[in-house]
Amino acid sequence: MKETDTHIQSYGKLLSILFILLTLTGFTVFISRVDLGSANIWVALVVASVKAGFVLLYFMHLKYESILIKSSFLTTIGFLGILIGFMFWDIAFR
Amino acid sequence: MTPDTDTTGSKIGMWLFLYSEIMLFGGLFVIYAAYYRLHSVDFIASGKELDLIMGTINTVILLISSFCVAASITAVRQENKKLACTFLSVALMLGVVFLINKYFEWGHKIDLGIFPDSPAMEDSPHGRILFFSLYYTITGLHGVHIVIGMILLSVTMIFIIMDKIRADHFVFLENAGLYWHLVDLIWIFIFPLFYLIL
Repeated sequence: MKETDTHIQSYGKLLSILFILLTLTGFTVFISRVDLGSANIWVALVVASVKAGFVLLYFMHLKYESILIKSSFLTTIGFLGILIGFMFWDIAFR
Repeated sequence: MTPDTDTTGSKIGMWLFLYSEIMLFGGLFVIYAAYYRLHSVDFIASGKELDLIMGTINTVILLISSFCVAASITAVRQENKKLACTFLSVALMLGVVFLINKYFEWGHKIDLGIFPDSPAMEDSPHGRILFFSLYYTITGLHGVHIVIGMILLSVTMIFIIMDKIRADHFVFLENAGLYWHLVDLIWIFIFPLFYLIL
């Protein structure tokens, strides 16, 4: 039983994560119809990132994975950040 | 330990593959962001042409299917094969519904003459052409991932029935699940970028 020593997620917990994700979806749709000017896109992206966080941590089990997987994931996001950062840097100062 | 039971290795391999997927879609989102910055007025006007209700329904569909896949892992680990297969069947069905919605969405746009290189798009502003080219590229590539994910989930279900995936050996299910969640994760960002911009 070598794979059973890791964490098992209860249905209740998974359901509550689904509930949070659906609530956030409702919220982001609602707030997108309110005119906040240029803040709209940022609110939408922040909510999307929070939703992505819940999917990653609980549905994808990242919260319970080894430090190797956690750190390599963050490294990937770091490189994606560099890609996005340099692109905007280029556009802003060209 | 035989190679096929190296759970940690399998999982790390799957995550490495997912990182390449993140960079693939991340690159496309960067292209979107750059053109959004240069043509924001056209992008916002084009975003309003997309069906928000359809986009929201597809978001809800993928979230529920992701839950089903996560729950199927719990079911397998509690040695409840029947429940695991039920969860996976629901996830698969939701995948089909997602693709049907996408078919109608694309079909409606194509009927209106909105597709790359169409005569109706010739006189459109440059930003609108870019927006819809990116729309078809990104949602199309995402759709291909849905199809691959559904094939993986189907294979997983067969493996559960054949007892190749069991409470003490379920890494294939975990990896197939990771892929399905990634497809959901990508949609979580496609949704605000295309459907919610105002």
